[in-house]
Amino acid sequence: MGSYVLRRVLQMIPVFFGTTLLIFLMVYTLPGDPVTALFGEKAADPAVVASIKHQYYLDQPVWKQYLHYMGNLFQGDFGTSFTGRPVSDIMANAFPVTIRLALLAFVFELVLGLALGLVSGLRRGSIQDTLVLVLTLVVISIPVFVLAYIAQTIFATNLGWVTPTVQDSRDLSQLILPAIVLGSLSLAYVARLTRTSIGENLRADYIRTAVAKGLPRRTIVSRHLLRNSLIPVVTFLGTDLGALMGGAIVTEGIFNVQGVGNVLYRAINQKEGPTVVGIVTVLVIVYLVASLLVDLLYAVLDPRIRYA
Amino acid sequence: MPDLTEKKTAEEIPAQRGADTAAAKPEKARSLGSDAWHDLRRKPIFVISALLILLLIVIAIAPGLFTSADPRAGDLRLHYLTKPNYSHFFQADWFGYDLQGRSIYARVIYGARASVVVGICVTAGVTILGGITGMLAGYFGGWIDTIISRVTDIFFGIPLLLGALVILNAFTSRTIWSVVFALVALGWTQMTRVMRGSVITVKQADFVTAAKALGAGTSRILWKHILPNALAPVIVVATIALGGYIATEATLSFLGIGLQDPTISWGIDINTAQKVIRTAPYALFFPAGMLSLTVLAFIMLGDAVRDALDPKLR
Repeated sequence: MGSYVLRRVLQMIPVFFGTTLLIFLMVYTLPGDPVTALFGEKAADPAVVASIKHQYYLDQPVWKQYLHYMGNLFQGDFGTSFTGRPVSDIMANAFPVTIRLALLAFVFELVLGLALGLVSGLRRGSIQDTLVLVLTLVVISIPVFVLAYIAQTIFATNLGWVTPTVQDSRDLSQLILPAIVLGSLSLAYVARLTRTSIGENLRADYIRTAVAKGLPRRTIVSRHLLRNSLIPVVTFLGTDLGALMGGAIVTEGIFNVQGVGNVLYRAINQKEGPTVVGIVTVLVIVYLVASLLVDLLYAVLDPRIRYA
Repeated sequence: MPDLTEKKTAEEIPAQRGADTAAAKPEKARSLGSDAWHDLRRKPIFVISALLILLLIVIAIAPGLFTSADPRAGDLRLHYLTKPNYSHFFQADWFGYDLQGRSIYARVIYGARASVVVGICVTAGVTILGGITGMLAGYFGGWIDTIISRVTDIFFGIPLLLGALVILNAFTSRTIWSVVFALVALGWTQMTRVMRGSVITVKQADFVTAAKALGAGTSRILWKHILPNALAPVIVVATIALGGYIATEATLSFLGIGLQDPTISWGIDINTAQKVIRTAPYALFFPAGMLSLTVLAFIMLGDAVRDALDPKLR
């Protein structure tokens, strides 16, 4: 077990450097000069531009910039944004908000997705099953920004249950609607994955054995069926947590949640290289750690899988 | 089950094929492909989604057939508060007018082209790029596989939307092709993984060993034996992904970083319409509905094709 974890962590290292290098190249080598853009319409003074570029290491070749950035990163320094604010400061403000939002969405898709998948998977061909299939299909095909406006119009404008946009992101009740919108697409996938997986496992021999042994239905479903059907669902959920945090750009924009998505969108538009690279680096770490945890969870769910 | 031996003989001796089909009995063994086609034609979901996609393609090619109104001609007297005239079928005021007095119906019709072109081109791009890399990685294994797999790992760490925003931000004027470029550059690794997995299963099959024993060259094995048999999962993923790419294009255009005026895109129109969502909800509803319907059609088609091609689900 220990050596397996060590091997996986070692494998993660090249992926970490590769992904950060990729986003670094995308941010710093694509055309568009962020420093000249800082001056807006005014003609930029070449001496000032050169001095700012020197300050941010932008006058160096890209590989030197990357090494310099990585060197600082391992000392816990994410750099400074072009406005002079430390990137770690910006992230310390934005990440708690997004983590709250993503966790809410995660719980929503996990609980409701599993429940819907279970209901339709156990009774294939029933009315509930068809209903779940149609519902998930509709949710998958409506793009998230359309869904956000529909939810906003119905629940905030017409019914008045919630405020249309989030005024205080510390208030969990205000985050519920954005979280539901954010998690709805994944909810549909979780429900469909659970349904397929349960349908396959229902025909397995061990289920027939469990039924023949005369075990109560509840035990069969929870101990035998669900545990064995969870592996594809766990795989999806593991990679989804990172996606929820990074993919909240649209939802956070529409509901005015001041989280990572909003900050990232603004930073990309203003070519704020240090902020973009910093946030994406953290998201990559979240993604890598989540996929490691998923692999370890396999062994918990299915004792046949052993990591020597 | 399709009878593989009979199919192979028919392929090996092309001259006999004509005679073979002419003398076809009703219970003639079918290949996986024709078996799937036989199944699909009887499925209402497949027929409906295929017809819908066909209609969309016709709209994309010849939007003029469906409306005589000019989607770019704005008449400010026709304010967006002029209510839609739902009985004026196929007329300019059928769905009302947008903020600049342009016919929403005409814009919905003309907007199909951008979505369909982006969807098809991105899917073709990622399938070719991912298919080739996946086939190389899966068939040759070893260091080629290691390199290609690590590269796909690297790309998987960057969310599609996020990466596309960064790439597209570098373009000062964006066309359909810049969006296609950004999505292909970021999306090909998904197809690599599917193709690689599929090729690894196929290359262990007996017919590949047989072909090797008969002295077939690498390129012949790859093209004639591996590719046709490994293609099914790729086709399924590609069809479903096509809908996803259309949705991503609309999302990018909605965020103001995808397509730009004068290109007509549902995403741009939805973004304009959200400013008047309370007074003129129909300005948002029709482009959004058309977009959702398009995505839905491709996902349903992918679902149906998967059911037909996957022998495990029979």
